[in-house]
Amino acid sequence: MADQEMRQVFARLLEQAMEEDLRIITIDADLAKANATFSLREKFPGRALDVGIAEQNMASIAAGMTSYGFRPWIGTFCCFVSRMADQILLSVGYAGRNVKIVGTDPGITAEINGGTHMGVADVSMMRGIPEMTIYEATDAVQLQMAMPQILAYEGPMYIRLARRQVPTVWDASMKFDLWKAQILRPGKDVTIVANGIMVAEALEAAELLAAQGIEAEVIDVHTVKPLDTETVCASIRKTGAVVTCENANILGGLYSAVCEAAAQYSPARILPIGIRDRFGEVGRLPYLKETMGMTAQHIVQAALQAKEIKN
Amino acid sequence: MEATKKIELQETARAIRWGALRAISNVGSGHVGGSLSVADALAVLYFHQMRIRPEEPLWAERDRLVLSKGHAGPALYAAMARRGYFPEDWLDTLNAPGTKLPGHGDMRLLPGIDMSTGSLGQGISCAVGMALAARLTGSDSRIYTIVGDGECQEGQVWEALMYAAHSKLTNLTVLVDYNRMQISGQVADVCDPAPFAEKFSAFGFAVIEVDGHDPAEISDAIDAAKANTERPTAIILHTKKGKGVSFIEKKMAANHSMRIDSGDLRMAKKELR
Repeated sequence: MADQEMRQVFARLLEQAMEEDLRIITIDADLAKANATFSLREKFPGRALDVGIAEQNMASIAAGMTSYGFRPWIGTFCCFVSRMADQILLSVGYAGRNVKIVGTDPGITAEINGGTHMGVADVSMMRGIPEMTIYEATDAVQLQMAMPQILAYEGPMYIRLARRQVPTVWDASMKFDLWKAQILRPGKDVTIVANGIMVAEALEAAELLAAQGIEAEVIDVHTVKPLDTETVCASIRKTGAVVTCENANILGGLYSAVCEAAAQYSPARILPIGIRDRFGEVGRLPYLKETMGMTAQHIVQAALQAKEIKN
Repeated sequence: MEATKKIELQETARAIRWGALRAISNVGSGHVGGSLSVADALAVLYFHQMRIRPEEPLWAERDRLVLSKGHAGPALYAAMARRGYFPEDWLDTLNAPGTKLPGHGDMRLLPGIDMSTGSLGQGISCAVGMALAARLTGSDSRIYTIVGDGECQEGQVWEALMYAAHSKLTNLTVLVDYNRMQISGQVADVCDPAPFAEKFSAFGFAVIEVDGHDPAEISDAIDAAKANTERPTAIILHTKKGKGVSFIEKKMAANHSMRIDSGDLRMAKKELR
């Protein structure tokens, strides 16, 4: 599975879900080919819709379809999820509809689609919507374990997915709980909280820190809302030094969530790695990670700094 | 429509107007004009055309109504109360703390509200979703949605129309409350969405223009919509903001909302009861 694109894995999981549950339908806004969900149309006539390039319409149509017991999944790029802000807030959220919203190409993974296509505000926007759950897949192995739990949850959820291949850090022997953050590597000196593509960077940073005799605890916060405050704050209490790593604007996303929790339950110095309140730009991932300060090396520097401030 | 039926629906529309005004007067102000303009259409829908079970508001095979112009909530509540969805004295709780009747209908608070609305342009898309879903399940239930004329300035309305016609949703009927006023003034002066008939027709709808205060005309148009097996139907309701109470009509010629106190209510009572 590691050699497969996330969108392929996702589409196959969705196909399986549609086979098992007739209430599941999908709606796209002309991006089914980009998101690998196009083939669902042939397999499930009438249950895989395309409303054209009209995201707002898509969100409200999905909400309406729940009136007959359907469980719609709508999909677009993360950058265009922001277009549906008010529809997700009212038609989906306020109305309490069980609609799953899938955003792909998060943050810098939009690569050569460039700055206009880099979702930087989608996570902060979604976090501001009451009752919204936000899950970001770390890799294909985890996504496969997450899918049954996502399907079982009856409520609005934002699912953020890379489209292409991502490094595999989970293995199938691990136990996945949608509502619990996962400690991927235990440590006592510094806490590194990460999600999405930044988990692999965080683990690499932990290796580099280990070479310096520093034991970093790496936590995968795949579900940034509701935040697993218990796991995160317990680690923070233990280490007293924290770095958060996310592929989204650090304002309103994982950094904010962790700071909010820590401020209440386990005050500490917390340093952010991520998109630092700036727009994206065109480029390949290695360049973008470097220019945005999102490499393992950057995480190491931040971890050392966090430890220094603590001491 | 038989003359007695028409008279009965006119009486019902008057009662809806009275209920809406009574509810609004308790809070002192609200969307009076847009509630009164749509009362006749609500009377026809809830008391003649829609297949509903007020005692079983979530009945799966019911017809659905999405009040896309959510601000006419007081009129919707008055219609629902009269139809037996809930006790009429609940109308006095409009916008009171903890009420089941906020100014804009909330489906999580009040069973029978088929969709929470309030942000314009969304309800019609939700209705399109319902129509798609009804067809997909093989249900013969029908979907109605009422949009405002000013609401048609929202781009989402046209996205919804485009997809509804494209999908040949003959089970969907869109009613436009063409009362010609919005907050900033005349709809025609702010950003004119007219001509509705031509635009809806170009988008692929069958269009019927009626006197929005004549229950027989509204009902006949709905019958025609039901009979149309080719296209979804839009019914343009030519209406007057504040219709049914002369001093409110006068005031509404230049205003979107107004205050209603107990004195106003007494004056209105003379015309409505």
